[in-house]
Amino acid sequence: MTSHWCDFQNADVIMNIGSNSAENHPVSSKWIHKAHERGAKWIVVDPRYTRTAEQADIYCPIRSGTDIAFYGGLYNYIIENDLWQHEYVLNYTNASYLLDPEYEFDPATGFFSGWDEEAGKYSNHSWHYQVESETVWDTSEGGDYAWAVAEGVPEFTPPVVQHPKRDMTLQDPLCVFQQFKKHYSRYDMDTVCSICGMDKETLELVYSTYASTGQPGKAGAVLYALGQTQHTYGAQNTRAMSVLQLLLGNIGVPGGGLNALRGEPNVQGATDMGMLVNEHPAYLKWANTTDRSSLRKWLESQTYSDGYYTNKPKFLISSLKEWFGENATVENDYGYDWWPKVPTSPDFTMMSTFELMDQGVIKGYFNWGMNPCHSAPNAGFVRRSMAKLDWLVVADQVATESATFWKAPDMNPEEIDTTVYFLPCALIYEKPGIILNSGRWMQYRNKAVEPWDMAKPDYEMCDLIWREVCRLYEEEGGANPDPILKTKWDYYVDGKIDPRPVAWALNGYRVAGTECNTTSAAPKTDLLPGYGDLKADGSTACAMWIYSGFWSNNDAPLDAAEQPIGRRDNSDASGIGLNSTWAYAWPNNRRILYNRASADMAGKPWNPEKVLVEWTGDKWNLVDAADFVAAKNGKPVPPNDKAFFMLWEQNGRLESYGMADGPLPEHYEPFETPVESNPLNGALNSPCMQFARNESTRKGDSAEYPIVATTYSVTEMWQTGGQSRMCPALVEAMPSQFVEISEELAAEKGIEKGDKVRVFNNRGSVVVDAMVTKRIKPLTVHGETQHLVGLTHHYSWAGVFGTGDTVNDLTPNVGDPNSFTPEYKAFLVDIEKA
Amino acid sequence: MDLTRRGFFKAAGATFAAGAAFQLASASPALAVEPDKNWKLVNTEEYTNICCYCAGGCGSLCSVREGELINLEGDPDHPINQGGLCPKGASMFQLRNIVDPETREVVKNPDRISRPMVRRPGASDWEEISWEDAIEEIARNVKDTRDATFVETDETGLTVNYTPAIASLGGSQQNSEEEYLILKAMRSLGVVAVDNQARV
Repeated sequence: MTSHWCDFQNADVIMNIGSNSAENHPVSSKWIHKAHERGAKWIVVDPRYTRTAEQADIYCPIRSGTDIAFYGGLYNYIIENDLWQHEYVLNYTNASYLLDPEYEFDPATGFFSGWDEEAGKYSNHSWHYQVESETVWDTSEGGDYAWAVAEGVPEFTPPVVQHPKRDMTLQDPLCVFQQFKKHYSRYDMDTVCSICGMDKETLELVYSTYASTGQPGKAGAVLYALGQTQHTYGAQNTRAMSVLQLLLGNIGVPGGGLNALRGEPNVQGATDMGMLVNEHPAYLKWANTTDRSSLRKWLESQTYSDGYYTNKPKFLISSLKEWFGENATVENDYGYDWWPKVPTSPDFTMMSTFELMDQGVIKGYFNWGMNPCHSAPNAGFVRRSMAKLDWLVVADQVATESATFWKAPDMNPEEIDTTVYFLPCALIYEKPGIILNSGRWMQYRNKAVEPWDMAKPDYEMCDLIWREVCRLYEEEGGANPDPILKTKWDYYVDGKIDPRPVAWALNGYRVAGTECNTTSAAPKTDLLPGYGDLKADGSTACAMWIYSGFWSNNDAPLDAAEQPIGRRDNSDASGIGLNSTWAYAWPNNRRILYNRASADMAGKPWNPEKVLVEWTGDKWNLVDAADFVAAKNGKPVPPNDKAFFMLWEQNGRLESYGMADGPLPEHYEPFETPVESNPLNGALNSPCMQFARNESTRKGDSAEYPIVATTYSVTEMWQTGGQSRMCPALVEAMPSQFVEISEELAAEKGIEKGDKVRVFNNRGSVVVDAMVTKRIKPLTVHGETQHLVGLTHHYSWAGVFGTGDTVNDLTPNVGDPNSFTPEYKAFLVDIEKA
Repeated sequence: MDLTRRGFFKAAGATFAAGAAFQLASASPALAVEPDKNWKLVNTEEYTNICCYCAGGCGSLCSVREGELINLEGDPDHPINQGGLCPKGASMFQLRNIVDPETREVVKNPDRISRPMVRRPGASDWEEISWEDAIEEIARNVKDTRDATFVETDETGLTVNYTPAIASLGGSQQNSEEEYLILKAMRSLGVVAVDNQARV
């Protein structure tokens, strides 16, 4: 999230959409309640009347899968009623930028300009800005970019800064603001209500309440979770929320922000780590066969022309230097070509890996505390695909469904030739280490007890496997051993694998003064104070530039408690919950991202009661660490409009050329939809939806499966239950799975509360308990009655205390074209008494 | 609160034994507990930790006596949860130890698997395997699969150094140092199919 948990207390309006925070992120309630008690309004938009809705002021039901219609209507309402934050939008966003004259959206077809029918994807050429002028980097001695041509820096052609053409009156028909206004003029409230199944009076109340935060000095917070991201248009939902927050001037202010309530304990860390096909640690991009096929190409395609990401070469070279150590030299491009390059085809993201197993391409599989046989969509297809593997390694604390896929009720072990290894892992309090929360706080876990019996921490397992693979390659040779044998792997203290030298690697260090392989008696480190000290010449090494500074105390480099991450001062000098002296928040201990936008063009805070940064006339008063250039060469930099300096424009994007499926969020129906037309444009589904043509998806239509279904979690259980189903107290509290059914649908189907019911579609069939409830109501969609049901998904066949059917047998394995995230939240089923 | 727990925790993960608790009981409201001999946390060491469920980042205190976890509760000094825990967080003790419903004794959680195991082709059950053998077999499988499928240069002559045949899934359950090691190992092997919970 752009803010953090304790910041919710500063909001004037909170809107939960696609998030049942009271249930799934219970600690959030402590901070929402503080705002609520102060008089803040609380809105919940959700297909179900949830435990969160029960506490909120306004509840607005929505048909699952129609969020963008809701946002589009809200934009239209804000613009028609002139409720946008003028000074903020004009100066801090790209509203005034002129788009390419070729840019167009055609409501008749539902396509933006640039669609390539043959390739089946968009070219974003016409989504860019018109260029006013160009400037080049000053790499001369003493110039801003002299570092780019210094000794040891690989040769690359620096990017040219293209200054966009702007119309500060916002009248030019090609300016982003006018195009935006025109685009959403179609989203009138009656159309939105008809698509989303909403009541107009409630919708208007939601719109007017949330839009009230467009007033300077008011803050609105959007809280979202998987209900927004697990859709075939999930990334556009995230953009839609960002755009909303920009229009109302809510990004970067206390009590505002776009707040992803993330669901795994260290999913923030794993995202930061870039443990994803095309990603590289710290939000850089992994090597590929096209624009990143060599170090030079990487530097030329990835380095921004302006803003903070002009420094990317420093981050990448430091990453290579940490990865390959002394083997990385400027002569061999710092070892760049040893990294595997991701090919353009086939796709290797999670859903595609099961297709590749099915085709016999993927033969070996590691599951590190993840359980795809339970959590991946179309789970029946997943286990049948995994049965074609040669080998599988599962590191976990219980025998998960993935570890035991060959024991699933519909599988015959005799026919399955996969060798499966189960490696028992240590629990969270049986090992030390770093974990990040949703607010980007890096905190330290101290080891309390030894791992039970033979269990080992994952870092130890990984080290054992790695060293044994290295031994085999050293002794036997094999397919190009260099990428393995040139890798630096020296994270040992007194000869034993240890997470602390890994923390040094994540923080970054000067190569000359640091030895990761260390003794506890005499560690040798030259840890960096922050990423400002990173170099592109091979003299610094750093695995995660964004973390740099969290472990920087060279006086006690092996003691987490003596590092910034170990701080436990909860005195909170800010008075608004920043807690800047508790642990560490990346980047640079910034607690609220984009905090420059909390003040106006003169640097005066929009809300003088809640100050993050303030220009006093000759310097910046920084309550939070500045997320902008506050000083240069030791001198304060007076306020300017560069409030978003992680983008090359340094302005927020109302329109973005960076999305695969369109520069503005546009409503399309889900993969499986109960309706036959889209009143907003001529395309029923997004042309960019991923995997919809794969046979394995077994699409159902509404004639056969007329009911919209969604899946969700309950507070007593967690994800696939690997942890929560092993706790008897939690199984007792939530002993089985259920489907929530409206009283009207129950009456139609002759179902009573507590009945066993079968929920089914083309992909699977599960038996669960019926929960007949007023919490779900039929909606009126396109003038017709539409039923919805909601299923919990925590149970499956494995485990001792609680088992059940696998609800993800029903969910479709289709996904978003930007994030490749699956659709778990809107699909079709039918239901009957079992 | 002038003298808080942060004073202790600064020095080391391990915190107080009964003596320290007694000494500081009057100074810290969080520790203002009469340490009589029946108090369940007498003679314990406390270690701070962070919850293993949602990404709230709530702090917890693990109380240990004679090397065994005897209690787990919310960290009262933690600025996010201020001592509170949700039903799942409050049950984290049971990940390791549970109360046997018949004997009322604290026993190891029977659902947890604490030894390496292997399931052989066609078998309908697990067999135990030593760590040493498991690691040797896994490394051999990795090498054989990699060697048989490795693509050093593609059809255009570009050095690509990848194997399409091995996939790695997961990372959001691990600590960050582990994430880096797992990622580094997988990428250096040539794995392109790297994904984790962030994908879903």
